[in-house]
Amino acid sequence: MTIAVRTLDDGAWISVNDSRQVSVSDVWTLSHGSFCECEPAYVLLEGFFGVDVSGSVVVADTVGRCLECGTQDSIERLPVGRVVDGEFKPYSPEGVQSIVEPGAETD
Amino acid sequence: MASDVEQWKDELYGTDIRAEIERFAEEGWDAIPDDEHDAWFERFKWYGLYHQRAGQESYFMMRIGPPGGVLEPGQFRQIVEIADDFSRGPAENPEFGNGWIDVTTRQAIQLHWIRLEDVPEIFDRLEEVGLSTVQACGDSWRNIVGCPVAGKDKHEHVDADALATELHDTFKENEAHSNLPRKWKVSVTGCDEGCGQGDINDLAFEPAEKEIDGETVTGYNVRVGGGLSRNEPRFARNIDVFATPEQAVDVAGGISALFRDNGDRENRYNARIKFLVDEWGPEKLRETLQEEYVDFELETAGDDLRESYSYNAGEADGKHDHVGVHEQVDGNYYVGLNVLVGRIGVDEGYELADAADEYGSGEVRLTQRQNIIFTDVDEESVDDLREVPVLEKYSPDPHPFQRGSIACTGTEFCSLSIVETKNRQVRYARWLKENVELPEGVENFHIHLSGCTASCAQPQIADVSLRGMKTRKDGEPVEALDIGLGGGLGEEPQFASWIAERIPADEVPGAIANLLENFDEARDSEAQSFREFVADRDDEELADLIEPEETDYDDPFMHNTKRTWYPYAEDDDLDSSPAPAKADGTPIPSDD
Repeated sequence: MTIAVRTLDDGAWISVNDSRQVSVSDVWTLSHGSFCECEPAYVLLEGFFGVDVSGSVVVADTVGRCLECGTQDSIERLPVGRVVDGEFKPYSPEGVQSIVEPGAETD
Repeated sequence: MASDVEQWKDELYGTDIRAEIERFAEEGWDAIPDDEHDAWFERFKWYGLYHQRAGQESYFMMRIGPPGGVLEPGQFRQIVEIADDFSRGPAENPEFGNGWIDVTTRQAIQLHWIRLEDVPEIFDRLEEVGLSTVQACGDSWRNIVGCPVAGKDKHEHVDADALATELHDTFKENEAHSNLPRKWKVSVTGCDEGCGQGDINDLAFEPAEKEIDGETVTGYNVRVGGGLSRNEPRFARNIDVFATPEQAVDVAGGISALFRDNGDRENRYNARIKFLVDEWGPEKLRETLQEEYVDFELETAGDDLRESYSYNAGEADGKHDHVGVHEQVDGNYYVGLNVLVGRIGVDEGYELADAADEYGSGEVRLTQRQNIIFTDVDEESVDDLREVPVLEKYSPDPHPFQRGSIACTGTEFCSLSIVETKNRQVRYARWLKENVELPEGVENFHIHLSGCTASCAQPQIADVSLRGMKTRKDGEPVEALDIGLGGGLGEEPQFASWIAERIPADEVPGAIANLLENFDEARDSEAQSFREFVADRDDEELADLIEPEETDYDDPFMHNTKRTWYPYAEDDDLDSSPAPAKADGTPIPSDD
């Protein structure tokens, strides 16, 4: 089944199948070293600039800022949810995430 | 590869969208196919309709853009009536009630909670009085901004109102310019004070003089590529072109076409012309304009008036806004009224419309500081106007903390914003007024609160710049603000430096209070302005002067306001959202 993913409204949203699913302004918890040296890193997502599907996992390219050390950087291929039976199931920002390597098997 | 937005625009864009809006309005919200939502909502922007954020599906923001912010007699009242009839939400805002208009920093008006089914009637009622939402959003010529008192101003050098109107008439619903790579913001300044804020626009016409064939000609110098968004602020760059008033429309059309043909359509984040100017430089832009887009010899830049620019220039005795009573060239007066964070309730809107009719010409103008101006008030009527009860709130002589406050839409409706803004800024201004004494001689102090890096509140050109952020406090993520200092316009414009980051929102009023106290103690003299004081110090010194602390200021919006369907609803949970809703406001069940 084709999954339509895109960024919307100047990078405010990740849209999955024409439904706004993932928003900027949430604080995501990232594992050590994947963004900065904080353990874990609490990163505010400020904007999305790309989105892709890796297997059934939706991954986003985004710009974020660590709330502890202040590092501001882009994050590529952050898993934000997965598609199960055609329905998008968002990951909780509070769950610790790492970043998906391009081509990695993520199912 | 062209972006989805470019593909949608290729398929259908511009004036063709109108019939589709009317069809969907007739058939109802459900008629928009589920798998076409993204495409249609992107297209609707061209007609000034912006789908509100998640939790508010089926409701739209509508933007109305009068050129130069000039609302002719009758137009303001018509907008208030439309807001009264159609701009009502499912829940009340604790500061503003239900039903209001928002004056924006680009001299437009925004209405919220608009239902698609009502749009055709609203369009008809706007058109009855000569107003329109065309190109108020989307990838095209946005509202032309400029001196809000053009044509009336004693400081006027060239009639900005005439050019703003001519540009509006030429480039609205103009097929050749209706689909640009990105938004296109144009400013026309005619005065010697610089109040058109050209430096932060994609295309700026600024007053200048040029000797041509032995005669001094009054016209405009042209700058290109300004803008504040996305942590990439730029001041517009001088492209060394002078345009006479007769040439200005052709020059504007040439630059717009150059952008149309050369802007980045593959990457929307690199599409604004500021990035093209970065890449090309102003010289190449001028050469290309000359060779490919105009059929006359461009004049080199004339003598500008930037040396005299005092608007938001940070000088203690400079011009800071258009609030107050000011004499016009014809001997009548214009009266600028403060609108705190730009929001006017409909009941007060009627009273303001009545006052504009009774004491002025009925014309109401919108400023880039979210305020309004009544024009053409004769001298004998000024005192009577001051006595009108609604002017107690919308005052020509407001407290500096209220006068200087600007706030964007924020998480109340906006998808991009990270924090609540308008209610918070009202509360900040109230607390500062009650608790902080401004240092001697400081009569103007600009505090701009923007919910994100899109910078709709123009935070980088304020004395104190506030930008939405988050931080962790007591182990929990809370709404926070970055604090910048020292921004402003004038002959030498300056963006604020971001001095203190991730300050919990409830500690910001204390930080401003301490900053002002430290400024009062450390400045050279009472003649030194805040901006001059900031310019004299490095970021480290300034950081020491900001001492964030909790005070008795209470902030009810510290939680994640974006994770609500409406931050002020009694049950604000996203799952409790009454949206999407039918035309009568009843919720549409998700399995409907």
